Amino acid sequence: MSANAGTVSEKNPGVRAKSAKPASPWAHAFRRLRKNRLAVTGLVFLILMGLFCTVGPLFSPYVDERVTGANFNRPPSAQNWLGTDNLGRDILTRLMLAGRISLTVGIASMLLSVLIGSVLGAVAGYYRGIVDQVIMRFADVLMTIPSLPLLIIMGAVLSDLKVPSDYRIYIVMLMLSILGWPGLARLVRSQILTLSQREFMQATEVLGLRDRRKIFVHLLPNTLPLLIVVATLSVAGAILSESVLSYLGLGVTPPTPSWGNMMDSANSLIDFQKRPWLWMPPGVAIFATVIAINLLGEGLRDALDPKMKK
Amino acid sequence: MAIYVLRRVLNMIPILIGVSVIIFFVFAMTPGDFVDSNQKLTPERQAELRALYGLDKPVLERYFIWMGNVLQGDFGYSMQHQIPVTSLLNQYLWNSFMIAVATLFLTWTIALFIGVFSAVRQHSWFDALVTLGVFATMSFPSFFLGLLLIKFFAVDLHWLPVGGMISTGSQTTGWAYVWEVAKHMILPVIVLTVLGVGSLTRYFRTNMLDVIRQDFVRTARAKGLKEKVVVYKHALRNALLPAITLLAFELPGLFAGAIITEKIFNWPGVGQIHMQALEIRDYPVLMGLTMLLSMLTIVGNLLADIMYGVADPRVRIK
Repeated sequence: MSANAGTVSEKNPGVRAKSAKPASPWAHAFRRLRKNRLAVTGLVFLILMGLFCTVGPLFSPYVDERVTGANFNRPPSAQNWLGTDNLGRDILTRLMLAGRISLTVGIASMLLSVLIGSVLGAVAGYYRGIVDQVIMRFADVLMTIPSLPLLIIMGAVLSDLKVPSDYRIYIVMLMLSILGWPGLARLVRSQILTLSQREFMQATEVLGLRDRRKIFVHLLPNTLPLLIVVATLSVAGAILSESVLSYLGLGVTPPTPSWGNMMDSANSLIDFQKRPWLWMPPGVAIFATVIAINLLGEGLRDALDPKMKK
Repeated sequence: MAIYVLRRVLNMIPILIGVSVIIFFVFAMTPGDFVDSNQKLTPERQAELRALYGLDKPVLERYFIWMGNVLQGDFGYSMQHQIPVTSLLNQYLWNSFMIAVATLFLTWTIALFIGVFSAVRQHSWFDALVTLGVFATMSFPSFFLGLLLIKFFAVDLHWLPVGGMISTGSQTTGWAYVWEVAKHMILPVIVLTVLGVGSLTRYFRTNMLDVIRQDFVRTARAKGLKEKVVVYKHALRNALLPAITLLAFELPGLFAGAIITEKIFNWPGVGQIHMQALEIRDYPVLMGLTMLLSMLTIVGNLLADIMYGVADPRVRIK
């Protein structure tokens, strides 16, 4: 008991001294990130894109998606900056509303796959043995099956089951994260394996901490820098996958707009050849968003990796 | 080495079983089959067809029958085309293979040159440009890139055909035929090359940067060797070595067919078959394709492991 109290009292001043220091590792990382011009550009663009999609529709006079018979298929003009579609809806407004869905699907499926991947990866890496075997073999299997065909068949099943458009986006998120977690689990597991060998884990052993505390308070937080990078990049992947699926009509389906299903109009020959304003804006939006996420993710990797030499 | 290979091969077996279970049950559990989708059939005829295709047996029994056949190289019978899945694949596989080989060659050549070159000139404007280009190519949705290229080069400029493998009603033979197919290949190959070249360029660049910082390169320089010899002989060889494992991972891609790109360019390849089979729920074809690709992935992983063991003897011991 006294030994225990001793370690705590010895530990506390150390902690205080550390937090009193001017720069934590996070502040260091942030400073490095700020110096990376490409990453900052990416971040600023993403913030603007977020505002464009969330706040933008509030300033649009076309939000109620009223179908105005006289106005369909108009090329870009002063009233409709990006033109109107074949139901007379304003493309710019639809782009914003679709962005909400596409960004939400990307972020939500990232969060879900990070949650599944990090917990399963940590459990596998911490307990080793049979638990590890079962989890990682399962991850191997999921990584072996080509993901696009699997996504496509799952999307087709959703169509067969006549899942309503509102629910479909949640199922699409789930589908993307089911295929997204194995890679993450593998990364987290390998990190946990090396972290388990470190002295601070022996200390937790000596302190007699419970497994749950060891994993969630001591091991997983140490994988956070890596997790942040991979999570950022996986949002880009999820947005791309969603757009492909929706373009094929198997992901988010109309009337719910998404950048992918807005590009569905390119499947009609006339729209494709004569009305590029229908399908080019969502394509550019996907491309620009994904490139910004990738730039930010790479910037974060450089900023958070202390071993990087410059 | 033999033990290492043997262990890798044994490792494949549980993964293969897991893959087959997932594929079979995903397809077996999906509602609606080929018999259902044809509404002209009487119930008796439907039952007859189900019995014929073995759809009336319990799911577990169907799995073992299917798996047994797959192990003997029999992937079933396409319901749409009324020919065995393997001969159907054989018809279309080579069209996809053609595109894939051209793409593979271009991707690796371009990535190698640009990657090494930008590593040698790290922090130059060329390097910055390459970095930006790499991100751009990695961020393109495949279908958007394909559509843009068709719009500009085929629809607006009329330089290249819009899609397909030969022009409609074309009767060309010999060299004229080769030229015609080649013209149709250009755009899809460009799309796939652009999509693949980014990550590979980055891989070569990072590898080269790692090697260039090592001691033996400094020794070579200190010895007074010409910079060219140092970079292109001493450094490059060592930077290339790990890449041979990547080559093995390309194996499934050679036969997989690019679903999206083939759909957009209307290229008669495996990807096209895949989408068609999906539309009318031709499950034997879908299952066969997915299984085949997974098996190729597993074999590709095995090859990569073996090559890695050859290239770096240290991994064999563990």
